[in-house]
This record gives sequence, C-alpha cells and structure tokens, in this order.
Amino acid sequence: MIAILHRTRRALPALLAPLLAIALALPAQAEVAFKSITSPGGIEAWMVEDYTVPIVTIGFAFEGGAAQDPDDKVGLASLMSSLFDEGAGDLDSDAFQTRLDEAGVEVSFSAGFDFFSGFARMLADQREDATDLLALAVNQPRFDQPAIDRMRAQVLASIASRAQDPGYAAGRLWNQTLFGDHPYARPLEGTPESLPTITANDLRELHHALFARETLKVGIVGALDEKAAGEMIDAIFGNLPEKRQLAEIGPAQLSFGQNLAVDYPLPQTSINLAYPGIGETDPDYFPAYVMTEMLAGGSLLSELNVEVREKRGLSYGVSGGLVNLDQAEALTIGTSTRPDQASEAIKVIRETLAKMAAEGPDPKALERTKRYLIGAYPISQLRSSVAIASTMVVQQLKGLPIDYVEERHKQLEAVTAEQIQAVAKRIFGAEPSLLQVGPGADEKEAL
Amino acid sequence: MHRQTFALLAALLVTAPAVAQQIPSPDVSHFILDNGLELVVIPDRRAPVVTHMVWYRTGAADDPAGQSGVAHFLEHLMFKGTAKYPAGTLEGMVNELGGETNAFTTADVTVYFQTVPPDALADMMDIEADRMRNLVLAPEVIDAERAVILDERRQRVEAQPGSILAEQVTATLYQNHPYRIPVIGWAHEIETLSREDALTFYDRYYAPNNALVIVAGDVDAEEVKEMAEASYGKLARGPDLPPRQRPQEPPAASSRIVTLEDARVSLPSFARNWVVPSYRQAKDGEAEALDVLSAILSDGPQSRLYQALVVKAGIAAQVGASYGGMAFDAGTFTVFGTPRPGTTLDDLEKAVFAEVDNLINGDISEAELERAKTRYIRSTIFARDDQAAMAQTYGVWLTTDRSIEDVALWPEHIRAVTAEDVKAVAIKYLRPSIAVTGYLLPPAEETKP
Repeated sequence: MIAILHRTRRALPALLAPLLAIALALPAQAEVAFKSITSPGGIEAWMVEDYTVPIVTIGFAFEGGAAQDPDDKVGLASLMSSLFDEGAGDLDSDAFQTRLDEAGVEVSFSAGFDFFSGFARMLADQREDATDLLALAVNQPRFDQPAIDRMRAQVLASIASRAQDPGYAAGRLWNQTLFGDHPYARPLEGTPESLPTITANDLRELHHALFARETLKVGIVGALDEKAAGEMIDAIFGNLPEKRQLAEIGPAQLSFGQNLAVDYPLPQTSINLAYPGIGETDPDYFPAYVMTEMLAGGSLLSELNVEVREKRGLSYGVSGGLVNLDQAEALTIGTSTRPDQASEAIKVIRETLAKMAAEGPDPKALERTKRYLIGAYPISQLRSSVAIASTMVVQQLKGLPIDYVEERHKQLEAVTAEQIQAVAKRIFGAEPSLLQVGPGADEKEAL
Repeated sequence: MHRQTFALLAALLVTAPAVAQQIPSPDVSHFILDNGLELVVIPDRRAPVVTHMVWYRTGAADDPAGQSGVAHFLEHLMFKGTAKYPAGTLEGMVNELGGETNAFTTADVTVYFQTVPPDALADMMDIEADRMRNLVLAPEVIDAERAVILDERRQRVEAQPGSILAEQVTATLYQNHPYRIPVIGWAHEIETLSREDALTFYDRYYAPNNALVIVAGDVDAEEVKEMAEASYGKLARGPDLPPRQRPQEPPAASSRIVTLEDARVSLPSFARNWVVPSYRQAKDGEAEALDVLSAILSDGPQSRLYQALVVKAGIAAQVGASYGGMAFDAGTFTVFGTPRPGTTLDDLEKAVFAEVDNLINGDISEAELERAKTRYIRSTIFARDDQAAMAQTYGVWLTTDRSIEDVALWPEHIRAVTAEDVKAVAIKYLRPSIAVTGYLLPPAEETKP
C-alpha cells in the first residue's frame, strides 16, 4: 500500500471520565448549532460561526414579493431583483461591478411570490469592503434608466424565446386555472404588456415599501464571531426604515376538478395533477408531509416510482410534493411518458393514490419514510454555508423556533398509519385538476 | 409545473468574482489498496454528513460499436441488486438515513454516489464493493429498464429542440472520436441492448483496479482507509486493462453548419464550436489559457461579450463562451449567442466574432487579465463550501491522469497565464475555417405559390 499523503490518527484520551461514557454512546459527529444574536443596533439574526473555509455567507429576506406587484406592473419585483448589482450610491453600474470584483464578493437577489431575498458570499479577509458594497446595494440602489432598460430587454427576450414553447404556455394556463384571479396566477417574471410600463419610480417605491427592518430575517454563516456579525448586520441594515408598506394579499381559492389538455406534437406527454394541500399549521400537516414523501418523494422506492417506473417502465420518474405558499396550498404530482401510455400512467397514479386512502400505508414504508425525513434535515439543509444560511432565513420567515429541528423530529415520530390514511382520504377524496400536454392529449380520455 | 420549493437562495451559484490570497489546501489523503483501488479522503468536519463516490474509469466513449448507451444502461442496472444486498436494499438503507443515492454516466466515467451520515459509510462501502463484482441481473428486469431509458431519452433529448441540435452538432464536431455518439445512446441502438451486452461491459470494466473511491465529509482518513480495506480491499484485482486508447480526432479540414428548425423555437440562436485540447492533453499551459480566454469573454457582467453586445450595442439576449477542458480526450470551446428581438442572428453572430477578433488584434490590459483570473481562482475557494463539489473536482482530475498536487497548483497555473498566452490560443484554436456552427431556428415561413 502506498500512502502518498498520510494523516496521523487523532490521539484519543487515555482515560475517560464516567460521565463521558454517555456522550460517547452518541455518535461523535459534527454539529451545526444555530445561535440567535442581536446586533448593537437591535436587529435579530441567526448565525453559525465556522472557520473551516475562509468565507462568510449572508442570506436575508423581507416579507412581500411578486404577489405585491400591481396588476398592470406584473414582473416589478422580479425586475427589481436584477438591478442590485447595477449601481448604488455614487457608483454607476461599471464602477459598482468593478468594486464587487475587487472586494471578492458575490451578490444576488431574487423575488418569490411572498418574499424578497438576497444573498452574498465573500472572502473572510475582505469582509469589510464587501459589507460596504452590500450596504450600498441594500440602501441606495440607483435604478438608472439604462440598467432598467437593459434588464427589461433581457426579460422580454427571454419571454419571447418561449413564445412557442408548449411547456411555457401550458404552465401559464395551469397557474391561471388553479389560482384564478389571485396574484399567484400571474407570471412572476412579468408579461410583454406589463414590463414596458415599469418605471424607475415604481422600482424605488417597491424598494422603499419592502426593505424594512420590521420583516427583515437574516442568517450568517462563516468565519466571523458574534461581534463582527452584529457590526456587519448594522452596517448593512441599520439605516433601513422600521416599517414596511405592504398590500394585503388574500387567500387563494384554488380551483380543483379542472381537466385541461394541450394537444401538441411532442415525443412525450407530460402529466400534472393538483390536489388540495394542507397548511403548515393544520394538525394534518405532518401526516400529509410524510404521506406525500411516501407516494412521490425523490427515492426510487416511492410508491409512485415503484408502480409507474420500476414495475411498468412507463416513465423515467414521478415526482410530487406539498406546495405551501403564504396564501395557498396544494399537493402536486407530475410525470411524463410515451404519449400512447399517458392514460395508463394516469390510471396507475390514481389507483396508487386511491389505495393509500383505502388501505393506508405499508407500515415498513411508513417507518422508512419517517426515518428519511428525520435524517434528511442535516443532510440537505446543513451541507454547505449556502444551505445553512438559506435554512436559517426560511425558518425565520415561517416563524419557526430556532430549535425547530427537535420539534420537527417529534412531530414526524408521532405520525401514525391511521393519520396517514385519514389525510389520504381527505386529500384524494377531492377531484384533482389535471393538465396533459402532448400529441392527441384529450380531456375526455383521462379521468 | 407550479412548484414553489424553498430554494430561497437557489439563484446564487451564478457568478464567481475573486481575489487570490494563499489559502491552505484541504488536508487530502490519497491511498492505493493492494488490489489497485484508489482512495481519496477529503475531511470536511462542519456537518455530520459524508459523500461517498465510486468512479469507474469507463464511460459512454467506451461503448462497443453498435451498442451505444450500454455504459449508461449498465449504470441503471447496477441498482438491481446482488445476492447479499437484493434490489432496493441500498435505496432503503439510504432512505432511512435521510440520505441520497444516485449515479451518473459521462463519456469518460461512470459514477455512483451516496450522501449519508458518517456512521453509515462502512455499509455504503460494503454495498458498493459488493456490486462492483457480484451484480445479479434477473432477465425480467431488463425490458422495463430499457423502457425507462427510452423515456429518459425522450425527456432529456427529444422533448427539447436545443438538446436535439446539441446532439447533432456533437455528432458533426467529432469526426472520429466516440465523443460524437450521445452518452445515453442512439434510440435504435438502445432498443437492441441486451442483458449480455451490459454484463460483458460490466465484467470488462468494473474491477477495483479500474475504480477510484472518493470520500468527502465528517470522517477521519485513517478510519476510512480501514473501512475501505475491510470492504473494497477484499475484492480480487481484475485483469489489467489495456491503455485507454480511443480513436482520436484527425485535424479538422472544413467548417460545417448544422441547422435545426423547430416549431417550439421563437428566438434563433447560434453556437460555434471547435475541438481543442483538454487539460489532460494540453501542453505549455494552453488549457489554463483557454479557461482565462473564456473568462475574459464571458465571465460576469464586466466580461467583453456582455459589455459589448448586451450593454453597449444592446443586440444580444444571451451571449457567452465556454471551455470544456475536463474531458479525458479532446475538449471543446464554444461561443454562443441569441439576438434580442429586432436583431438578426447573422448580425449578432458577426458582432460576436468581431469581439473575438478585437481580442486577438487588440490589447488585453493587465487589469482585465487580473480580474478574470481572480474571479476564476476565487470560485475555487467558494467551491470548497460544498463537499459534494469537492469530491466531484477531485474525481474529475484524478480520472484524467492528474494528481492531488495538480488540484492544489491549479490556481498558481491560472495565475501564470499571460495576455500573450490568451491571444495565442484564440488564434490557434478559434479558426472560422474549421468551426462547426449550430443554428437553432424557428420554422421557415412556408413559401406559397
């Protein structure tokens, strides 16, 4: 055996105090503990101090996103998200981007329906320069006309490029059908009609309305201590106004039992199903969460993957999940298949769902899925600084406690087969909405 | 379609600006077991997670003639189980741990991986070691899996005009190397793949002396080595494989145009491609120079193509360049663009190559060169935040005849690139007379009599 690079084994302490035996019974593994801090200026944030890699990652979000766009200015929040590296304070687009490069910082912003988020990643030894630039972007974005025009032209071109894409058209139709006249029905990126009406003033007003300390959530990860994190937070957010000015968004009344088909010559037919969802504060939420994972989670062992893919070879895969927006929830399932097999695939999917409601879950599969959801949290939510910062921000946006992982663990453990069967009856008792896109797709044949 | 996941910050891995200071390399260990299996351990002790990957030094470019797709077919069949671990055991075990397991095939490698809590690593190694030699393929699983792959092909290729064209361009760009054949295979050959084809490929290539195992995460290198010896180490060495000589490219002698019209396309686009040396083949720092060339042309909003065509002329919806230098054999360089509505494809294409000519005939300032290099190097530091990305990097480098030391020296080699080096590779390789250009177009207007 050749050992090109050799690492010496870490020495174990020769004697163990009896108390340590308990700790040793647990796996001696790394831990990621979120810590709540309050900056000198009074802003609360969550952080993880970690010096493994010399970088600092900060994620943040404000309540209010694309759902706030006025009806005639759809795409406003999304357009705004593209303009934060296009000049701030005294620095125009060129100067600002050059400074970002010199300071070794990546900045990005994005608009969801319900929140507006930002993110920056920097080299630890250039934290101060990076903080200055991020503070400028957050507080004094310029929204110069040439930058607005350029970014708008990019979005319009991207919409134009999808004008003949049946998938894009079908997605629009699907959202309009499900969400009706609710803001969630509108395309986040805007439309060829709405985008040209957006002005610099609209952007300034939206920035002013959303960027407020009242709804700010921050997560920081990396090579800095609590004091440095507090100073950084104050430098970036300390001068924002306290109060936001958001429009009230009402609950969406989703439309189920709709049957849509788009006949288009494609090599595959795509199939989308939407059932009523379950709110995150509903007592049925955890049973529904476990059930959805059992049926349509990412594993090849999910019930739908077993029935549709493994047993019958009808598709490369079936996926699905619970959708939980602030004002809407749904359970969605999707797949694509050879066009002549679409009806069979839909039939197999619906029979599998009906079986869950009629017979309840297989106890072994239930146990495995619970173990999966419990174990997946550290693996998917904590695997990088980016994932950790994102998890901390989302958890705060949803009003979850800092030790939510423990609460979540308990809730998942407590889910029973009876609860799953009951929630399957509740959800799959409703007629779903169905969208098929493919050659000869026909509403009549499907349900 | 309407899917709100909580990928709050998903858009972030987009750009990578940077500054270079001396940042110590991770403490990487490298072992070779007696049976020839290579093991790399990359400790990253931040979270209780470990990524375990097995890289076989075989891929689609090793498919026998007439059996395109067999490497990928076998990748799927590798999940059908062994006597010790029947089908579903691995997924079940990983699933209960909250982990992930999957696999991928490229032209050069076939890779299986799991992300799990560190306690499960020994089991993962035992399962991977077992299926390296002891796969059991019941005849009845073959047909359904072939159907799944044909559906995968429909979904990945046939459903997307851009992918159909890319496949046709690649088949034109490479005149002799099997890189011209799609990794997933041609549909008519996938249809004929048999159990025996897959098993022949398996017996030939799946052996400890043709495998690289990479473990990145919350682990101790010595403990990992012991686990590897207890699992992979028990396997007998396979017969020595002959040197990996695949048919090589002749010099290109013509320019070629590949056009696809499709009703789903509304904005036209072009992509001009060349065969260029990969890192493994390149001499005298040409690969690094090609990487810097691509960064100067298209990395970030201050890059040349973006500034000239999106910002100043305002005629491009999309424009860029990329160097694919990680192949075992020849690499590619691509320059691509989509015009904004109102500009013709021809005008944009001319304007893009006028910028390439400017770069060749004009000056590259020291500041511009530094900025491009710095962004590039910084992205390597940010990449260390993700253990799976680290495992991936080492896997690619070590399966293309490069070493752990080469990974560590790479930023230095990028730093050494001069403006003259960049111009020299642009002149030498981006020659219009041998380019292969793909055009993706909306359907031509029907001419009515």
